[in-house]
Amino acid sequence: MVATNLNQGPDRVAARIFRPATVAGIKDSRSYTVFRAINGVLIIVICFVTLYPFLNIIAQSFSSEAYINSGQVNLVPRGFTVTTFQYVLGDSMFWRNYGNTVVYTVVATAIAMVLTTTFAYALSKRHLKGRTFFIGIAVFTMFFNGGIIPNYILISTLGMKNTIWAIVLPNAISIFNLLVMKAFFENFPEDLEEAAAIDGLTTYGILGRIVLPLSKAVIATMVLFYAVSFWNSWFTAFLYMDRSELYPVTVYLRNLIAGATAGDPSAAAAGEATQVAANIKAVTMLLITIPIISLYPFIQKYFVSGVMLGSVKQ
Amino acid sequence: MSINNSVAIAEAVELRTEREEERRSSSSGRRRPPRARSTGRVSWRKALTRDWRLYTLLILPVLFLVIFRYAPMAGNVIAFRRYRPGGSMFGDEWVGLHYVQLFINDPTFWRVFWNTLILGTLALVIVFPLPIILALMFNELRSARFKRVAQSISYLPHFMSVVIVAGMVLQLTAMRGTINQVIEGFGGEAIPFMQLAEWFRTVYISSEIWQTVGWGTILYLAALTTIDPQLYEAARIDGANRWRQIWHVTLPGIRPTMIVLLILNIGTFMAVGFEKILLIYNPLLYPTADVIATYLYRVGIFSSQFSYAAAIGLFEAIIGLTLILTANWISKRAVGTSLW
Repeated sequence: MVATNLNQGPDRVAARIFRPATVAGIKDSRSYTVFRAINGVLIIVICFVTLYPFLNIIAQSFSSEAYINSGQVNLVPRGFTVTTFQYVLGDSMFWRNYGNTVVYTVVATAIAMVLTTTFAYALSKRHLKGRTFFIGIAVFTMFFNGGIIPNYILISTLGMKNTIWAIVLPNAISIFNLLVMKAFFENFPEDLEEAAAIDGLTTYGILGRIVLPLSKAVIATMVLFYAVSFWNSWFTAFLYMDRSELYPVTVYLRNLIAGATAGDPSAAAAGEATQVAANIKAVTMLLITIPIISLYPFIQKYFVSGVMLGSVKQ
Repeated sequence: MSINNSVAIAEAVELRTEREEERRSSSSGRRRPPRARSTGRVSWRKALTRDWRLYTLLILPVLFLVIFRYAPMAGNVIAFRRYRPGGSMFGDEWVGLHYVQLFINDPTFWRVFWNTLILGTLALVIVFPLPIILALMFNELRSARFKRVAQSISYLPHFMSVVIVAGMVLQLTAMRGTINQVIEGFGGEAIPFMQLAEWFRTVYISSEIWQTVGWGTILYLAALTTIDPQLYEAARIDGANRWRQIWHVTLPGIRPTMIVLLILNIGTFMAVGFEKILLIYNPLLYPTADVIATYLYRVGIFSSQFSYAAAIGLFEAIIGLTLILTANWISKRAVGTSLW
């Protein structure tokens, strides 16, 4: 009995998977049903491959170095330990740089929001004379930019090197975010604004008291767009900061990684050619990612809605 | 910001085109009754008196554009002028095409030029179609929950810092990393990926696929939701099976999105993932990994040959602009879809 059951097992599962479903009164063809099963399996494989690097990092974070170096850590921690966390969290420079990232992200997001909101609001007014020109000079910068060298010279000339402004100001307006926000304001009910104008509110009053309180969803979206991009950015800081106490934590991590890419000229110059243990890198990566992962449900929801706002006709 | 944000740009321009279309269609049949103050042309003086508060809102953003976007563009004149660190940011004296000749005669420049072209072509040919396929695969899932979870997972890499991605790439391709364990598991010999130039393109393209394909589906999925279900019904009544429905209804439905994204991908073709390459490459990989952006970074920032690097950067930017204008023009002529 048992043996026959076992023999039938796989057949039954297969039969269940490959049983043609009936949708809207129409039965699927046999070949389409097979395709759907393969499709489902493929998507599971894709999801696993996508998640694997994350799982690998988590496993390495809790493993001891010897197991990682002998190639035994994949999905499950080996030689379980939390001392790596103690080691990384005990580094005052890590805390300092992590704090810098928080400060840079908060300040940069705040400034970016002010500039983007005011710009988008003004550009959303169809009757504004010169509107096309202002949109044009903004959009053109998406397709043609000055390049690294002139930007570097500009920031140096302005004396912004080694200050927070080098990180905050050059990226203060993302044209993509600007256009999404402009699209949102364009769909804002005009009647409300007109009523407020009749009640004696000025443009500033309408924006501050009527439009913004009713635009919380798009504001949240934009804040997340900016915050994620500033949190993740490293190159501007790498370019414009010369002192390690000013680095954001992404540059801290970059310097750990650069130790592994032997012969990198900048690493060699900074005397970083020493190999950093894999578990230390893994823990640092995990700690940088944690805020993003823990906010991920919100981030994903708002990012998707932001993109939809931009791409689907209302 | 990051140079490889072509998806973001794509979304933005997609939006722009939709807006333009909307405006064009609404000019004939306006949805809202025209307002008295928005009709007719007004003089600047009148516009300023009426809207001066709106114009004050423009001051800071326009200052931003002028200082941080247009001044660096003008700063590119140092490609034709001698620049002295500490001197004027627009250089001291004209040297004509000196720096252009310098890079045209520089064999390293041609190596990085070809590397850029090859990586850009590989990304365009291999990475560009994958989000379309994945979106179609998602679209065939019937379980809403499975679909939602799978999408959420596939978007995740998009939100990771490029430094994290670089760290992961280096860990996975290490001699004792997962990939080599799999190779050894199948009886092969471990490959020192990060020391062999011939492997770099594979590693780079794979990491691009991992990071961008999931998020890349989002615009296609948005386009899929706008396809009229009646079209599928009509196709079914005409006897089309699922394959023919995909071919005759789904693909034409997402074609405008595909074309807009293709134009943008061609436009950002030269701007290969510079930050990622800078993080993962090393001198052993230069024969395949060194691209224009990394080379001009080393020449300019590291060796302080600012004018020479600016000349290379300007050359790259002009190619990028030319590519996008050409692609847009061809698309306008051939299929009637364009960015502007």
